Amino acid sequence: MTAAFDYDSLVTRSENGARRFEAAVEGMTCAACIGEIEAGLRDLPGLDHVRVNYTNRRLALEWRDDSFDLASAFEPLRRMGYTVRPFELAESEREEIETSRWLLRCLAIAGFAAMNVMLLSVGVWVGGGDGDIDPATRDLFHGVSALIALPAAAFAGQPFFRSAFGALRAGRLNMDVPISLGVLLALGMSVYETLTHAEHAYFDSATMLLSFLLLGRFLDHAMRRKTRAVAANLAALRAPLACRLSSDGAETIVPLAKIAPGDMVRVRPGERLPVDGVVATGASQLDESLVTGETKRRAVAPGDQVYAGSMNYDGALTIRVEAANGATLLDDIERLLEKATHARSRYMRLADRVSRLYAPMVHLAALSTALFWLWRDASLHDALIAAICVLIITCPCALALAVPAVQVVASGALFRAGVLLNSADAIERLAEADTIVFDKTGTLTAPEPRVVNAGDVDAGVIDLAARLARVSSHPLARAVAQERPQAEPLEAREEHGRGVCAMVEGVEARLGSPAFCGLEDEAARVGALDGDMSLVAFRHGETRALFHIRQALRSDAVGTIMALKARGVAIEILSGDRAEAVEQVACALGVPRWSGGLKPADKVARLEALRAEGRKVLMVGDGLNDAPALASAYVSLSPIDATQITQAAADAVFLGERLAPVVATLDLARKARALMRQNLALSVIYNVFAVPLAMAGWLTPLIAAAAMSGSSILVTLNALRAGSNRERLPSPLPQSGGEIGRGCVKGGDVKPDSPPLHLSPASREREQVAALGAFRGKSASMESVE
Amino acid sequence: MTVLLFLIPLALLLGLIALGAFMWSLKRGQFEDLDGAAHRVLMDDDIEGEHER
Repeated sequence: MTAAFDYDSLVTRSENGARRFEAAVEGMTCAACIGEIEAGLRDLPGLDHVRVNYTNRRLALEWRDDSFDLASAFEPLRRMGYTVRPFELAESEREEIETSRWLLRCLAIAGFAAMNVMLLSVGVWVGGGDGDIDPATRDLFHGVSALIALPAAAFAGQPFFRSAFGALRAGRLNMDVPISLGVLLALGMSVYETLTHAEHAYFDSATMLLSFLLLGRFLDHAMRRKTRAVAANLAALRAPLACRLSSDGAETIVPLAKIAPGDMVRVRPGERLPVDGVVATGASQLDESLVTGETKRRAVAPGDQVYAGSMNYDGALTIRVEAANGATLLDDIERLLEKATHARSRYMRLADRVSRLYAPMVHLAALSTALFWLWRDASLHDALIAAICVLIITCPCALALAVPAVQVVASGALFRAGVLLNSADAIERLAEADTIVFDKTGTLTAPEPRVVNAGDVDAGVIDLAARLARVSSHPLARAVAQERPQAEPLEAREEHGRGVCAMVEGVEARLGSPAFCGLEDEAARVGALDGDMSLVAFRHGETRALFHIRQALRSDAVGTIMALKARGVAIEILSGDRAEAVEQVACALGVPRWSGGLKPADKVARLEALRAEGRKVLMVGDGLNDAPALASAYVSLSPIDATQITQAAADAVFLGERLAPVVATLDLARKARALMRQNLALSVIYNVFAVPLAMAGWLTPLIAAAAMSGSSILVTLNALRAGSNRERLPSPLPQSGGEIGRGCVKGGDVKPDSPPLHLSPASREREQVAALGAFRGKSASMESVE
Repeated sequence: MTVLLFLIPLALLLGLIALGAFMWSLKRGQFEDLDGAAHRVLMDDDIEGEHER
């Protein structure tokens, strides 16, 4: 790579002069990698501190010395076989970390208080009744409990109090309202009982309740934080870097975020455009299928508008970066996206719906208990005690755990299946989806074109062609190279715009355009049959071959669609591509409902129509033009190699070449919803038994404590079932966890052609994924319908 | 029962020390990389090579 990388923009400086640099590391697959990386970097001159975070697969470097050369740290890493990408902690993730620490602090305090109060309470319970504890000691125990419980609840209850207060101010009721009320009343009543030397106090219930709830909330948070960290790493590893051209012609490679309107950016053939802008110099063909869904390539010349995500085919381009000016495709999409995001009806989460029913009922039950006892001529004190007991026992400990516990376990299972959740309520909405709308290009079809006639070509020819193709960066050559992922590149010469050639066994071998290999006639004959097909010719002496390259279905698309149909889901295809191209795919997959040539607004309109029919649509799409549709659908999924704007608009993203995660997601979500309902039912049953006890005035602190922890444990155990999926879903990728992978690469030179920082990571990443997955069989190429 | 006046504060003090230790380690970032910590404990890189052998 000729251009130097501009690291300085990513180094953070702290007040005391220390400098810090963080990077996402790919290829860390086992614990030995920690030692290897740290030992490999420790001795670099000037470097003060090197620390690998194995959980997040990140590396942090710290130094004070000005003489330290950051670039020198990457060379040893590259030699060890790791891909490193600089990384900037997003503001949202920083906040997540803070919240997570705060919750853990609250949990620690609540746990400390619960244990110590329980220590004292057990004494009171054992000695209570006709026991040997004298009233003075009991009062002492209650008093000490109050001293522990009150400050602890004031600190550890904050997450609930804040949320409840926020909800009340907005005129709503959420689960935190009855929780806060229950805790506060239990504490208030206990203080009163302590002061009046009564027999029972409920400090233990209040603190135990808080610790159980905080535990659930912390786990929920930790799981989401882990998912987000993986997503951020993937983004860092795949986000395009841009090659910025300064006015004196020097090229520096910078992260996309550092590019400003007016900058000139250079794009070589075979790279994806990192930015939107106008072509300043150069001419090329662009594959805009990721942007518009159209698979035909577009010729561009100086002055033409181009979009990020397009694949540059033939020539090097210089692009002037432009901010949106209100009239481009991108602005349309931006506008639609904003509208759709606003219009998305606020989904009422299951837990909120339940609490909306539950909270008034609890308060009503407490009120009627008080009135009943007053009517039966009990004293005001006894009536109030009974009413407050009802509130304590109904305080929805199990209810509040019922949904989050399942969510934690289910999102863990989804994570292992290669699906990362963006929004917290996605599982519930996924479970309700009854119609799936697919985009075609890049979603049903693989994002990169593929050789579709490999079966007809001699294997030896493919071997040689793939070795030649390794040398070229042309996207069509990459498709040929994919046929043999392990091929050694040849010593070849690239003739720009025509092809590559090399001497093999004394005879010249060529790979490139049909004209370059003297195969125009055959190419013209094949080309006439099918306009969508791209051709790459190969010649070695008398051996000739023509590779047919086109967008092919994802390897398991047919099976996935069948599996989805078997689950009773209606399926539809909406594409921006031409109608003929869409029809072929629809026929191959057996999907009767499809439409092509749709603009982003048309897709949104179709989704609105489906919604008007009362359908709950799951939209699966990857193109820039799908972003508004993804945002306006009931729930949405997107492959991780899609454009960033699409990933942000989707509720969940999935990894890998296969489409199977869509089925896995649907299954897991449905299972999770069933478990959520079971859990809610369990908590209701618990209340049915416990509330009469409280109403009758028989509730002692011992019963409250047993009922509360018993029901919480029951609900949590039931939630664990969400993670045990009987049918193993094959699709996890090496990035998603350390368990699966290619094993640790130990020392030695690995892949000389993959520099630590490379320019078109998306495609290369896909290459690696392709090499890993066993999807080489082209089970459903589209000729089957031609 | 006056022994309680001595024992209860003692028990609480012990608990508070543990709580303080936890807060300190949380603040020092010891809970940031739980998976890594699990593996690091098994590493021998803190053994000084020469005089150990």
